[in-house]
Amino acid sequence: MQENTTDIETKSKTDSEKKGDVVIEMQHLKKSFGNNHVLRDINLTISKGENLAILGQSGTGKSVLIKCIVGLIDIDDGKLLIFGQDISELKNKKLVEIQKKIGFLFQSGALYDSMTVRENLEFPLRKQSNSLSKEELDSLIKESLHDVGLDKAIDKTPSELSGGMRKRLGLARTLILKPEIMLYDEPTTGLDPITSKEISNLILEVQRKYHTTSIIITHDIECTKLTADRIIVIKSGICGAEGTFDELEKSADPWIRSFFE
Amino acid sequence: MENNISQQSKTENETPEIVIEESPRILTDSMFKKFFLEVASITTFTFRFFKEVVKPPYEFNEVMKQSFLIGYKSLPLVAITGFIIGLVLTIQSRPTLAKFGSESLLPAMVAVSLIREIGPVITALIFAGKVGSGIGAELASMNVTEQIDAMQVSDTNPFKYLVVTRVLSATLMLPILVILADGFGLLGSLVGVNIKGNVSSYLFFSQIFQSLEFNDLIPAIVKTFFFGYAIGLIGSYKGYNSNKGTEGVGEAANSAVVLSSLMVFIIDMIAVQITSLLQG
Repeated sequence: MQENTTDIETKSKTDSEKKGDVVIEMQHLKKSFGNNHVLRDINLTISKGENLAILGQSGTGKSVLIKCIVGLIDIDDGKLLIFGQDISELKNKKLVEIQKKIGFLFQSGALYDSMTVRENLEFPLRKQSNSLSKEELDSLIKESLHDVGLDKAIDKTPSELSGGMRKRLGLARTLILKPEIMLYDEPTTGLDPITSKEISNLILEVQRKYHTTSIIITHDIECTKLTADRIIVIKSGICGAEGTFDELEKSADPWIRSFFE
Repeated sequence: MENNISQQSKTENETPEIVIEESPRILTDSMFKKFFLEVASITTFTFRFFKEVVKPPYEFNEVMKQSFLIGYKSLPLVAITGFIIGLVLTIQSRPTLAKFGSESLLPAMVAVSLIREIGPVITALIFAGKVGSGIGAELASMNVTEQIDAMQVSDTNPFKYLVVTRVLSATLMLPILVILADGFGLLGSLVGVNIKGNVSSYLFFSQIFQSLEFNDLIPAIVKTFFFGYAIGLIGSYKGYNSNKGTEGVGEAANSAVVLSSLMVFIIDMIAVQITSLLQG
């Protein structure tokens, strides 16, 4: 497995060099919660415009990994470079500038219950820019809702929306800030197959329209197949395997193959 | 022989389990440790509040919104409670005063006890039950559903937006509610006095204002700012730092009420001591 990982790292480096700018780079990244060593030694690079899916059993630290990227969790050791800058060494303003370029779609949607759909979208916009006029705000909100097919839900509250609509609203709220990196935390969990496919297509549309670089944490193989350019499987806190869907589906390791069966 | 062997193996099998009981000292140490960690955590939270409250940008709109929700929405409950307290206090005090032929002192006695002590403390306790638990539960559920994380990700300081605004609103709204509760309490007292007598409202309020002094009003109002601050801060602290999970929501609401009610009594005790010292 260790040999495989080294091969994978070399392959990954060659691939990313081919693809162009590296947007996210992790070097020997570690994170523990007490005695629970969740991320032991994560090494990976993600290139601009790439869709990377991360698979792994529950509790292997997939969500922790993307929460480290967005700054919700601090790393213990190693390097995390975003747009070439080590975020653990950045001070307040520069760190905020980097974080502004990252969008995060939460597993639950994390919609503000006390606000309407419009207010949910208006809130991050107002916080990031006070100079926007009411007309500009309205136009951005309508555009975002149109992108995710929720034009008619503008005056509804989150409690009036279905699971799929909530995910789409969460996506709209993230996209309204025009992030360059999108992090999806289990975007299709709890949805029926048709809605899951809609969300997966939406992820692809977002990539095409906004040229985003994405990391998708998922257990949904259909979503992975549809959206991922590259897949990483996390096992015991390290990158256990890496490759395209077709490569990993035919992996010699039965444990890796079991994800795709 | 076989019997011996079977007896021996039985004895081996029946070796009693070694139960390591936690000694009372270990338990006490861990309780003390937990207590001091909690105190340290609340202290850090308080310092953070004072740091964030002066730092721009200021969330005026959210403070106004929270003041409406915390203050205006609590008004009916506080008014009804104040009215009933005034009424009951008057009815209960009348027989005792009648024994000494001092029924005429009834409005003054009720007013002083209501304004100095009962009004602020009872209103603060009701406020702790309604607002403290509300803030605790709301922030805890926002924590569970990752709404606080979502704010942080969208470049908003959740502490400033959620905690500072709520603590400020609670601090500013409670004194207003206490003044209104006192007013409704005096109205209740007027009704109570008139159940077994006929006292005009003019005479009733004249007696009250003659008996009240500046020293009765100011300390009573000043301490309510501290009550409001403590209730807002404890509710926010419990909610903001709640355990993830639905159990955490209930626990945050419950402990917010218990701790803030206790703090109301502690602050009241300190305030009474300070007032007595200042008044000589």
